[in-house]
Amino acid sequence: MFRDAWLVTKKDLLIELRSRILINQIAPYTLLILVLFGFALDADTETLRDTGPGLFWVSTLLVAILAIQRSVDVETSDSAIDRLMLSGISPTSIYVGKTIGLYLQLIVLEALLFTVMVVLFDMSVVDYPLVIVSAVVTTLAISSSGTLYGVIASGLGVRETLLPVLFLPVLAPAVIGATRAFGDAFGRVNADGWAWLGLLSVIAIVYTLVGMLTYGNIIEDT
Amino acid sequence: MVFLGQFPALTGATMNIRQGEVVLIKGPNGAGKSTLLRLCAGLLPMRSGIGTVLDFDLRTQRMELRAHIGLLGHRTGLYPDLTVSENLKFWASAYGANDIEVDKAMAFFGLNDRLGSVQVQNLSEGQRRRTSFALLLIKRPSIWLLDEPYAGLDSNGRELVNSSILQASELGTTVLIASHEIDKIGSTQERTLFVKGGRIVSDSDQDSEG
Repeated sequence: MFRDAWLVTKKDLLIELRSRILINQIAPYTLLILVLFGFALDADTETLRDTGPGLFWVSTLLVAILAIQRSVDVETSDSAIDRLMLSGISPTSIYVGKTIGLYLQLIVLEALLFTVMVVLFDMSVVDYPLVIVSAVVTTLAISSSGTLYGVIASGLGVRETLLPVLFLPVLAPAVIGATRAFGDAFGRVNADGWAWLGLLSVIAIVYTLVGMLTYGNIIEDT
Repeated sequence: MVFLGQFPALTGATMNIRQGEVVLIKGPNGAGKSTLLRLCAGLLPMRSGIGTVLDFDLRTQRMELRAHIGLLGHRTGLYPDLTVSENLKFWASAYGANDIEVDKAMAFFGLNDRLGSVQVQNLSEGQRRRTSFALLLIKRPSIWLLDEPYAGLDSNGRELVNSSILQASELGTTVLIASHEIDKIGSTQERTLFVKGGRIVSDSDQDSEG
């Protein structure tokens, strides 16, 4: 299974390398969101520092929607999904491969977003391990559910408008947990970030297992 | 019976196709030719009726069947951002084929080194078709399902496609072709089905027996 999954991941990353949509289109959009939030909340750095963790994860979700749509589009634009289904690669491997591909792309975007936020909002991290681990776990929750919901929305034929409506409510608990964990890691909220990380881990594991178990049935119906 | 959404796309298809046969499926637009091919590929569920392809039950074993099928649909199923060579190598890895088989298939369909490094989105329609056909040679499926395989091909491309079909048939591969553009391939085991309104209304095999 993992050989096939890695094959799908490598293919998705190679497509990204060739098309450069992540670097040339999605990354600038990511930075623009953060800058606009900065303008909207005025130049009051204390407000920006307090809201920074929430802004980071809302921005991540917005760019994740674009990355998910792109990930689905790669398979559906010329019916490559049919060829994948006829290739002998199991739906679970396709799901895992596409989730890992999306995960790695989101991690790159988050690293960029994080760096710009820390510089732009003049923020300082007090617990780096918490930042790293919560980003790793939350990104897994986003990419695993995103891969699944991207295909669901695609099958209903109104992906651009329906994906955010389906996807954002599902991710709401993860965003709350991630914002709390980041708030603690930046020393901006009085919360136990590691406890929130426990919740995030459960969400990530459940979403991933649900995706692995249901992806095959969903692509059959799309 | 096969439904596309709420529309009954295929309602009466009774046929028995032998290994190595080359079957031309003809009929007007919307007759159900593509649906019939996708049903045989295991990509569409059957609402009612019985069907077996390569001893796999079309109701319960569609997943198992698919690995033995090569389908060339209206769309090529290639990744436009990747080069021809990258596409072929990715699918070859998925099929468990090696680089030598990729090189042979590329050579057969005239996909030389220069074309190999061109992104699929920059190819002509005919060159994309040739790339798709190269994938059939690489996968070596037991059944070829070809939906309008001649679309966009020049005369040289058509000859290559016919030649590959005849070679595959001689090796025991069963080939089903839905096309408006041809009346004959030239195989000794050739047969024609006529589909209309979601039904097979004529079968040259049964007609000749009758």
